Amino acid sequence: MDLGLLERRSQHEWHVPQHDAMRVPAVIYASEALMRAMDHKVYEQAVNVATLPGIVRAAYVMPDAHWGYGFPIGGVAAFDPAEGGVISAGGVGYDISCGVRCMHTGLQRADIMKVQAKLAAELYRRIPAGVGSTGAMRLSDLEMDEMLMGGAKWAVDRGYGMPEDLERIEERGQMRDARPENVSAQAKKRQRDEMGTLGSGNHYLEVQNVTAVFDEEIARLYGVQRNDVVVTIHCGSRGLGHQIGTEFLKRMAMAARQHGITLPDRELACAPIVSDLGQDYLGAMRAAINCALANREILTHLVRGVFKQVLPMATLPLLYDVSHNTCKVEEHRANGGTRKLYVHRKGATRAFGPGHPDIPSPLRAAGQPVLIGGSMGTASYVLAGTEESESRSFSSACHGAGRAVSRHQAMKTWNGRQVVDELAARGILIKSPSMRGVAEEAPNAYKDVSAVIDAADAAGLARKVARLEPIICVKG
Amino acid sequence: MGDCATGRWELYDHEADIGVRGFGASKSEAFEQAALALTGVVLDPALVESHERIAIQCEAPDDEFLLAEWLNAIIYEMSTRKMLFGNFRALIGDHRLTGEAWGEAVDPARHHPAVEVKGATFTTLRVGRCGDGWFAQTVVDV
Repeated sequence: MDLGLLERRSQHEWHVPQHDAMRVPAVIYASEALMRAMDHKVYEQAVNVATLPGIVRAAYVMPDAHWGYGFPIGGVAAFDPAEGGVISAGGVGYDISCGVRCMHTGLQRADIMKVQAKLAAELYRRIPAGVGSTGAMRLSDLEMDEMLMGGAKWAVDRGYGMPEDLERIEERGQMRDARPENVSAQAKKRQRDEMGTLGSGNHYLEVQNVTAVFDEEIARLYGVQRNDVVVTIHCGSRGLGHQIGTEFLKRMAMAARQHGITLPDRELACAPIVSDLGQDYLGAMRAAINCALANREILTHLVRGVFKQVLPMATLPLLYDVSHNTCKVEEHRANGGTRKLYVHRKGATRAFGPGHPDIPSPLRAAGQPVLIGGSMGTASYVLAGTEESESRSFSSACHGAGRAVSRHQAMKTWNGRQVVDELAARGILIKSPSMRGVAEEAPNAYKDVSAVIDAADAAGLARKVARLEPIICVKG
Repeated sequence: MGDCATGRWELYDHEADIGVRGFGASKSEAFEQAALALTGVVLDPALVESHERIAIQCEAPDDEFLLAEWLNAIIYEMSTRKMLFGNFRALIGDHRLTGEAWGEAVDPARHHPAVEVKGATFTTLRVGRCGDGWFAQTVVDV
């Protein structure tokens, strides 16, 4: 990115002043090195988002940002319905409510290493992953609608997962105001046999080792200590969310003109929040959030089943579950008052600061856990929401490392078998149906996640709590 | 883009995802080749055997929306039927496409599919003339 286009306000804060059709400035949080490596498309997309009707304060960009569809991935934008604000299918993305959940195991690395191969094999056997995989469940039309209303709570009521999981999930496991009737028959058909599946691409299940603790006090409240083993799942709303994203992107692109919205890029397709189309999308998107929450809950149940068999002393209580592709109605401070805003986070994680009422009570004093996925050979991180992130970014932080090399280049650069062998030599077991898929997800295809996390911490978006490194990785 | 009038396909770079591009002597052939590129995101299309034919029809107000519709219809059939396709026919006229996809059920042990495609986006979505032929392209989300 050409840094001459930006005003540097502090070490990690860069502003694009309001110009031309921009209604607000754009603000990028990153170190100078990350800024220099960031694609210029991120700048263009942030500027375009800043032109949308009803946007409040600024179009924000997180340190892991890269070129997305209309909105940058790593983008945050809040809209006020009272000021003609919009909702955008592209601002949420195709994988609605894709997110990360992390479970304690009560075990340490040495416990896993004794059974590493067996545990990896059983997880790979029991967790449906990859193209064409299906779950054990087949939902009737009625059950589908109940799932889309109930989310993780629906899964728990059916015997998947534990009731105490729910308070550790955003929205307490059930997104309100979901409208299953707004979800097309095609989207439901796409999901019929995909409940409890991991997906593919950058989605994974990892057994991870806590290799560093940066904030002892918050780590204690989160129940995380150095050398602990945790299990992390990264996946989303599967075919249902993808189909909803596809359908509404088209509908919003086609209807923009009749809503009086000029789109600088078709991918910014959006509709006024108060329009029928905007409300249709909101109801469908919330149903997809419930689908993602139910899916991760079912996967958790499957993981617990494997641990019960291989390491029966482990109980796997949930640390937290947080999504990074959503639009949520939240109260924020803006223009001298508190307003209800529609906050889009596309590849960005909600990061409520200490004391926020939506944080589970045992964790509230520490701030909301912010779970950041890395690549299979590097590290993931646990962060905590800060008080400052409310004014910095509507309480939002980054979501991952962000790609440094395209899939196409990665496929040509790395050999999947070699990646698996190299990671095995470092004690990391990779299980995947596709060596090409592994090559496309090679650790070096991603930015240095530590640099992204340091920037998020230094910018005050979230506080670094612990680093997690993989021992076993199941890739779709 | 080289010779555009001969049917062929290629993948191109997008920072997080991947672009699919087809070339052909006609718009219809460029759409068929773009569909092969879509399969090429998942595996080498030559590895897919043509056991079953699926009819696909779509329409849209312009060529570019029609390409997105065509690719999304194929993605939908791949997802709901758990199939891969290695051969396509498309006939375009008056903003409508009548097509078919030939393929077989996914066999992970034989196909080793790399990634599932979530949807065809509008990013770099273009359909147009190119020399004596046509090209059709867009980025797909994986």
